[in-house]
Amino acid sequence: MLSPRRKIVNALMLSLTGVCTVFIVGVLFIILGYLFWNGARYLSIDFFTKLPVPIGESGGGMANAIVGSGKLLLLATLIGVPFGFLGGVYLAEFGTGPFPSMVRYMTDLLNGVPSIVIGIFAYSVLVRPMHHFSTLAGGLALGVMMVPIALRTTEEFLRGVPQSLREGAMALGASKARTIATVVIPAAFKGILSGMLLDLARVAGETAPLLFTSLGNNFWSSGWDKPTAALPVMIYQYATSPYDDWHRQAWAAGFVLLALVLAVNVVARLVLARASHAA
Amino acid sequence: MNRLTICAAVATIFASAVPGVAQISLTGAGATFPEPIYTKWFQEYRKVRSDVQINYQGIGSGGGIRGVTEGTVDFGASDGPMSDEQLKAFHDKRGFGVLHFPTVLGAVVPVYNIAGVSAELDFTPEALSGIFLGKITKWDDPAIAKANPKVKLPSADIIVVHRSDASGTTYVWCDYLSKVSDEWKTRVGKSTAVNWPVGLGGSKNEGVAGQVKQSTNSIGYVELIYAMQNKMTFGRVRNSSGTFLKADLASVTAAAAGVEMPDDFRVSITNASGKSAYPIASFTWLLIPEQIEDKQKLAVITGFLKWMLGPGQKLTSALEYAPLPKPVVAKEEKAIAKVHGK
Amino acid sequence: MSSAPITLSRSRSIAARFRAGDEFAYTLTLVCAASIFLVTCLLVYQLWIGANLSRHQFGWDFIFTSTWDPAREIYGAVPFMFGTVVTATVALFISVPIGLGAAIFLSEMALPSISDTLTFLIELLAAVPSVIYGLLGIFLLVPVLEKTVVPLLKSTLGFLPIFSGAFYGVSLFSASIVLSIMIVPFIISVSREVLLAVPVDQREAALSLGATKWETTSQVVVPYAKRGIYGSIFLALARALGETMAVTMVVGNVPKVQASLLAPGDSIASVIANQFTEATSDLYVSALIELGLVLFAITIIINGLARLLILTTGAKVAK
Repeated sequence: MLSPRRKIVNALMLSLTGVCTVFIVGVLFIILGYLFWNGARYLSIDFFTKLPVPIGESGGGMANAIVGSGKLLLLATLIGVPFGFLGGVYLAEFGTGPFPSMVRYMTDLLNGVPSIVIGIFAYSVLVRPMHHFSTLAGGLALGVMMVPIALRTTEEFLRGVPQSLREGAMALGASKARTIATVVIPAAFKGILSGMLLDLARVAGETAPLLFTSLGNNFWSSGWDKPTAALPVMIYQYATSPYDDWHRQAWAAGFVLLALVLAVNVVARLVLARASHAA
Repeated sequence: MNRLTICAAVATIFASAVPGVAQISLTGAGATFPEPIYTKWFQEYRKVRSDVQINYQGIGSGGGIRGVTEGTVDFGASDGPMSDEQLKAFHDKRGFGVLHFPTVLGAVVPVYNIAGVSAELDFTPEALSGIFLGKITKWDDPAIAKANPKVKLPSADIIVVHRSDASGTTYVWCDYLSKVSDEWKTRVGKSTAVNWPVGLGGSKNEGVAGQVKQSTNSIGYVELIYAMQNKMTFGRVRNSSGTFLKADLASVTAAAAGVEMPDDFRVSITNASGKSAYPIASFTWLLIPEQIEDKQKLAVITGFLKWMLGPGQKLTSALEYAPLPKPVVAKEEKAIAKVHGK
Repeated sequence: MSSAPITLSRSRSIAARFRAGDEFAYTLTLVCAASIFLVTCLLVYQLWIGANLSRHQFGWDFIFTSTWDPAREIYGAVPFMFGTVVTATVALFISVPIGLGAAIFLSEMALPSISDTLTFLIELLAAVPSVIYGLLGIFLLVPVLEKTVVPLLKSTLGFLPIFSGAFYGVSLFSASIVLSIMIVPFIISVSREVLLAVPVDQREAALSLGATKWETTSQVVVPYAKRGIYGSIFLALARALGETMAVTMVVGNVPKVQASLLAPGDSIASVIANQFTEATSDLYVSALIELGLVLFAITIIINGLARLLILTTGAKVAK
């Protein structure tokens, strides 16, 4: 029979796990709430349309940082997604033997490289030879950061597609390439897509690699070979300043950045949810 | 409208987010000390030449020196002059030299946050060096109390705050301490970053100011304007003539007045002689490469330097920067000719 | 006739295979995978040559010296290695029990719909940018620590050397707490996945033998999912070791090794971020790059340990 001690331990430990969950969710709500309260309050049209103004003057905004972040993330996606995706296809569909295992190991290492070191890498490879800071260098750094997770996600979801689907297609006479392209990838597509969106969301908040690559800009940045402002960097600069107006802008920028990241997450989830309903 | 057109439109918008006149863009980076006046200047200069965009980022004097040496920025800015080794490194890397152009004068002040004290404290050189060496550890230490007989100092531990990043502000502060304290000179030295005997680190002027504001019974050093903008209490420092002086435009310009300006403009004015000279003052310099290949950029830089020495100097006082003394301005105007094209 | 299975593609001629796109697909994906491999090698190579000056100057002393003196050009990695490892370790100490607890709740206790919603919310924590964690660290966490948590800690556990000394807000402790919040979503998300994947019959078998729910969970389900849980911990650890912005804003930026967690410290990623753009001399830059190399090496070692652990404990990762 169940001794009282075992009953108590059971109840205690299980409620502790509930406490842990409540604690974590509580922290999240504090973070979201604080940002909303301090950031959303100070959002204005100026924020989205004006350029930053010199220290001490008021009325500036972060329009160039919003566009700058957009450009950087576009470039990061163009670099990170194809390489990550196709690399993942390789590992999942053709991946036995020493070389694929090496690639997997190297990708895991790349995943563990701190963003700041990726920034230094992009500085030596692009900024120094080109003799200027640029959006291109920033986009490259972010793109390299995207690759490991894109690759892992693709590989995991492709592996999750049942072998029977592949065999069925091949039994019908399809080549391996055709099978992958028309059967396997579509089956895993929604999962891969949501993984890519999450990857993008994470990279959107990265500051360190941008410090040595896109530097910062008080003006609009045209083209791809000039320094550019970016939201995470502005948040860092403004937040560590003693100016109240800049603090408010930093919170507002933080809120905007987080809202964008949340929006991307929600889209990713909805897409995934619809996919699993359809499956 | 099909997707391709939309993509093309978006791409075009992204690629050319600048309306109007074709812009000549320059990038400069370096000292945070003069960042307020530089950003003001570069904004004002657009009224003179609306086709010029000079983007200045205050990443620190060391970053400015490195950036201009490696050529990743068009010009640099530093609160401390480049050393002989750095000049040589520049010459080795680029094949030509780099010129220093003083722009304004600034000062570094001791800021503090002491429980119950709102008065202006007087600091002797011994007090400042002792505190930052970690030898004076309490606020009511006689070295501090003797100079402030009317102030009730608490018997609390002193929290020292310094820069965690390399910076010209640190260079000026350490340059002063090296001149007034032999122990500082031998034990710590002067550089844009040093091995601090004690204290917490704050990133940039902003970080130090913020940390001091947040920690009771703390002391740090920031550039004058940040202390004023942030309404921080800062102390007076005793100069070489024995007078306790508060940093302001007059006392800073007085520090520059009695100095013999060398041809390359690299000179230190800390602990200057003169009754009304504030002891922790410094020029801040723009670092301009001797040779600028791009003709347009060359014209912009020489044009800006001329403007800076004229109308630009008139904008300095409003932001609490001391303007350059007239003999220095004259000497610099002649030096602009040294900047040439290929 | 042959004993090996004949795949459709192998039985065709090269031309036919090419037309079918197999070779193309193989080559294209191989090229991408190889590029990733090459880029990582290039990265390590760049770090290696960037660190040359410093390596030749200091040799192995670099990882044994605790001085970081740019004025005298003496550089040592010890305070930063210490800070990196300590903050990451303490962060794990905090986040693993809490994360695992929450993962257990979400997989074993909660209704599926609630579990899904809560997991979605918790995963959002991973999406919050690092800079914002730093901001919240300065404005929210540090005051709370100063006023409530640390006095409580000192009054109860103050005799321990790790909680000795004055507390100024910014410290290794504050950085560890911020890190723990940042990494807990990884532990929860992955652990929950592997716990859910444990076959139902394992649980039923234990319950039918008279075990309580907790006993089932702790003695059957969790051990079954051990490998995956370890994996989540190493994933979290990797993020903690490399985290930059949030740490640099709350760690105090003092390159000294001190016994107390309440003292300010510094980490490798944090000092590189603070000093790289401002480093002037070539040796200074080289020393910072060598720090990056050291961190890379620490990451490799951790990864290696992870794989060793998984290998030696035998069974495959529960998926």
